[in-house]
Amino acid sequence: MDFSELIVILATAIATATPLVFASIGETIAERAGVINLSADGTILMAAMTGFAAALATNSVLVGFLAAALVGAAFALVIAFGAITLKQSQIAIGFVLALLGADLSSFLGNPVVLVPGPTVPAFNIPLLQDIPVLGRLLFQSDPLVYASYILIIVTWVFFYRTRPGLLLRSVGEQPAAAFARGANVVRLRYIYTLIGGALMGIAGAAFSLDFKAGWTNRSTAGYGWIALAIVIFGGWNPLRVAMGAYFFGILQSLASVAQSSIQSVPTQAFSVAPFVLMILVLVLTSGEWLDNLMSRLPLKVRRPILRAIRQPAPAALGKVFEQD
Amino acid sequence: MNAQLNHIYKSFGAVQANVDVSLTVQSGAIHGLLGENGAGKSTLVKMLSGFITRDAGEILLDDKPAEVRTPADGIRAGVGMLHQDPLDFPPMTVLDNFVAGKAGGLFLNRRDAVQEFKILADQFNFALDVDEQMGNLTIGERQQLEILRLLSLGVSTLILDEPTTGISASQKTALFDALRKLAGQGKSIVFVSHKLEDVEELCNQVTVMRAGHVVGTVDIPCPTSTLVSMMFGRELAAPVKPPTCQADIAMRIQGLTIGDDRIDVQVADLTVRRGEVIGLAGLEGSGQRLFLLTCAGVLRPATGKLYIRDANGLCEMTGKPYHQYQTSGVGYLPADRLREGLIWGLSIQEHVVLRTSSSGLFIDREASRQVADQAIQKFNIRGKADTRVGQLSGGNQQRTQLALLPSPLNLVLLEHPTRGLDIESTIWVWQQLIERCRNGTSIIFASSDLDEIVQYSDRVIVFSGGKVSTPIETTALTAGKLGEMIGGKFGNNGNSAYAGVN
Repeated sequence: MDFSELIVILATAIATATPLVFASIGETIAERAGVINLSADGTILMAAMTGFAAALATNSVLVGFLAAALVGAAFALVIAFGAITLKQSQIAIGFVLALLGADLSSFLGNPVVLVPGPTVPAFNIPLLQDIPVLGRLLFQSDPLVYASYILIIVTWVFFYRTRPGLLLRSVGEQPAAAFARGANVVRLRYIYTLIGGALMGIAGAAFSLDFKAGWTNRSTAGYGWIALAIVIFGGWNPLRVAMGAYFFGILQSLASVAQSSIQSVPTQAFSVAPFVLMILVLVLTSGEWLDNLMSRLPLKVRRPILRAIRQPAPAALGKVFEQD
Repeated sequence: MNAQLNHIYKSFGAVQANVDVSLTVQSGAIHGLLGENGAGKSTLVKMLSGFITRDAGEILLDDKPAEVRTPADGIRAGVGMLHQDPLDFPPMTVLDNFVAGKAGGLFLNRRDAVQEFKILADQFNFALDVDEQMGNLTIGERQQLEILRLLSLGVSTLILDEPTTGISASQKTALFDALRKLAGQGKSIVFVSHKLEDVEELCNQVTVMRAGHVVGTVDIPCPTSTLVSMMFGRELAAPVKPPTCQADIAMRIQGLTIGDDRIDVQVADLTVRRGEVIGLAGLEGSGQRLFLLTCAGVLRPATGKLYIRDANGLCEMTGKPYHQYQTSGVGYLPADRLREGLIWGLSIQEHVVLRTSSSGLFIDREASRQVADQAIQKFNIRGKADTRVGQLSGGNQQRTQLALLPSPLNLVLLEHPTRGLDIESTIWVWQQLIERCRNGTSIIFASSDLDEIVQYSDRVIVFSGGKVSTPIETTALTAGKLGEMIGGKFGNNGNSAYAGVN
């Protein structure tokens, strides 16, 4: 495997990971506000189908994405209403929606199966594309991929550098305390759940209008669950979540290369590997042994390291906020 | 800022938490709000800060009517509240906690925030590391941060709900100094507490509440006995328990230390005789529950030893598993019947099955039905064998809990045994318990009902914020003495040199 081959593998990895980036960042935003959107898989399928059909009908990719985002937000609205207003189980509602979305997309999407339709055009960014290595890796792709870079950075900055971002994290952590600080917990949870859902919808359209170019029944099945796992793997931190998505993309594109080059390893190993690795990482970072190991280091060093490794879930994740 | 509450009413369902409550806090004054648990103090101040909404009445801030419906309204109007349990974000840093919810530009300006924080912290000699994670701080430090945060929001009326529980002596001194300084700057302070000592030391004026009503307002200094009689307001009931105490020792404790994240409790040596009833008096959360849980084998003490008599004589139980306590004849009835004592969705009969240890796979429905029916009849439970316990009334749940206790037992531990029960059930419950005492069972129970403590105990131990008194014979108790001890004034009646602190 020479160097240019490696670049190709990595560039493919980034491309395949892009829908996952949208989906998992969307999920991260909702979960940071305390709402688990378990419907990811169904949302992505429905949005992929709707987005494609809308783009086909109007011959506009943009309309397709808009429709997909609306579908995603609509699914999220069901979750938000059930979980926040009716105070029902987020898990149950999300799960049912995941199943519903999968079946409904196959049923409604039948007329557009395997119909050729519009796709996101390729676009190389001038100047940036000429940077050696990085240019080929990152900037010879299409606008959707570039949008995903921006999304990652903007989300991170929003979370950790802005006031509303801090309040968003507070709402998922200790809603009562956020309320005491003047936050409208219910409204914020609605807003961020809908934004997260819309991003998940865009992830669906990213499949059908870009990376898989077209609609077949259940073509994206499974990605929603992967996105949910990546959020945990990434510790609810947008940068790490994105890394998780890219990591998954690399393993996937390796799997396709491996079929020819590393024949001794069955390809299934690569598609399963992300999950095994995820469990491994969780086991390694949550054990007591880490504390024992770290206790030998001075506080100043220990603190940032532990904080970087340990990313507990938002404390109020999945819990109903009762105002007394 | 002058804060004035006029004729405030608030009820939660059938419970009237505040009835026609009026309170005026002058600018520059530290105003104490004193009362037992459930007197309605927290409810009142939560309405002032906008955390809950009132049913009726008006709030005046600087003589102008104020619409305080949410905490955000409260902050805008200049009222900030420090809650009893810190309302903050443990996984975030001190600085994030300081900034969260503050108004300002879109982007956080770390340097400005640190500077503002340092200036405020220095003013009160609070030493806090801005990069430390909140969860690693002590309760006292978290409190300090919260005060600084409220001040940075421009609060001019500061409410503190039980701020001296779980903080160290030096933190308390720092807190009091800070509060005096703030009052000196013209801010009004509302200091909610049940600790007489703290109120007497700090406040200019005290309003005493009892059962949702204001009893009265007095200036400090004021004789302790006056405050005690205002707080408890009655003579104690006469003891009704017949003597059941036997000579043999049922349980012995040697210098236990128990703690959780709020409070440390140290119990000196204690010997309980067979058939004896020990009452644990004190306001809730003063360590009685930790003590009971330790005696039941649920918690392990940090230090000390615990012996319980079983068939083989007095036997060391320290560190043994809960199961062993059960086989040694220890029974525990928690206060939260539906969460800890019983299982909501299971019937009385199913509880009987759960209790009986049997090796068989299948349930003998007939046999368990019979046992359940017998228990229902004997304990006069208003329900059927297949009634889910969640549907029983409180009194019948307590009867069910009692019915499920194995017999005989060496030691029964009860938390609020008659809370929420009508008088008839209360008398009935105690008849059953005293019957057990006659057969040699010892009882340790915690209650916030002083009458119950005095009526049924042989000896009383008072808990106050982790301080534990030596056992006092019930016959030697007076209302005043008990009230003072509950308020934290132990005199020479306890190991008061030890202040319960993390």
